[in-house]
Amino acid sequence: MGLLSNFFRGSENSSDIAKNRLKVAITSDRAVCSPEIMEQMKIDIIQVISKYLDIDTDGLDIRMTKTELEDSNQTINALLANIPIREDSRNFRKNR
Amino acid sequence: MGEVIVITSGKGGVGKTTTTANVGTGLAMLGKKVVLIDTDIGLRNLDVVMGLENRIVYNLVDVVENTCRIKQALIKDKRYENLYLLPSAQTKDKTAVSPEQMKKLADELKEEFDYILMDCPAGIEQGFKNAIAGADRALIVTTPEVSAVRDADRIIGLLEANEIRDNHLIVNRLRTDMVKEGNMLSSDDVVEILAVDLIGVVPDDEQIVIATNTGEPLVGSDSKAGKAYMNICKRVLGEEVPFLDLEETKGFFEKFKAIFKRS
Repeated sequence: MGLLSNFFRGSENSSDIAKNRLKVAITSDRAVCSPEIMEQMKIDIIQVISKYLDIDTDGLDIRMTKTELEDSNQTINALLANIPIREDSRNFRKNR
Repeated sequence: MGEVIVITSGKGGVGKTTTTANVGTGLAMLGKKVVLIDTDIGLRNLDVVMGLENRIVYNLVDVVENTCRIKQALIKDKRYENLYLLPSAQTKDKTAVSPEQMKKLADELKEEFDYILMDCPAGIEQGFKNAIAGADRALIVTTPEVSAVRDADRIIGLLEANEIRDNHLIVNRLRTDMVKEGNMLSSDDVVEILAVDLIGVVPDDEQIVIATNTGEPLVGSDSKAGKAYMNICKRVLGEEVPFLDLEETKGFFEKFKAIFKRS
């Protein structure tokens, strides 16, 4: 059964499926913030930065990541924010 | 000064108590003075796995509440005189003991013993907090299943949050035949997902069931699981031991039979 059913089911076997499902589940488990809190934080960050810079809110990307500390092998959770600034940001400040 | 090791998993039924019994007995066989503490208040189990259920007079709650002295509650093992069990209470619940009390108890036992093994209950509530309170390091037991691995990841996070960073993984009940067929996570897969150092792989072995039936841990015996547990004990002591080849060594006839069973 084993060989044949693997052949007909395609290349992915059940342990690969398990591994992939686990990776996804664990990544979201590990995130320190719930999606609701992340969304609220995003709105707050936009508000604060918009006071000083003209930012592209559509291109904004904020998420939790793992990062390795330079001086030790410890990995820590980090908030990664990629906030694109619009070209005419300088004028934006001048005009205020 | 002794060391406190908590044996934990998050999920129930993955083999924490069996692991505690075998690792504890193995360490005693290697000449260490060991005490096993069953911290699962209300669901006492380690005593039956060790075959010591008939000798209980006092328990963990009695010690913490000062109803008796520690020495009065410790039960000496049947086979090894440097191995002791502090049984859990069967009639109380988790709230009968606090993490502070457990820490104090662990510190006192450290004076007397080389290793104090805490058998942790399933879950992440008070029982877990009690079990890890005094721990210096942890052995995380998991089986190669999605539910157990996910819970193990949660437990590792909680251990780290509680400043317990000397953590090692035991992959229990591995079936090499299923791994080969691609129908079970391998120990490498589990290590990759959890990113914790592996300290042992215990094969799914029917001898474990028999050992539990008779109340005699099989560590050190000739069975695959018995050897795997002894290797874990040596690694706990810091020895470098190569991992066992868990591959089934089948004779020609069995291989032949296996081919037919599969189809």
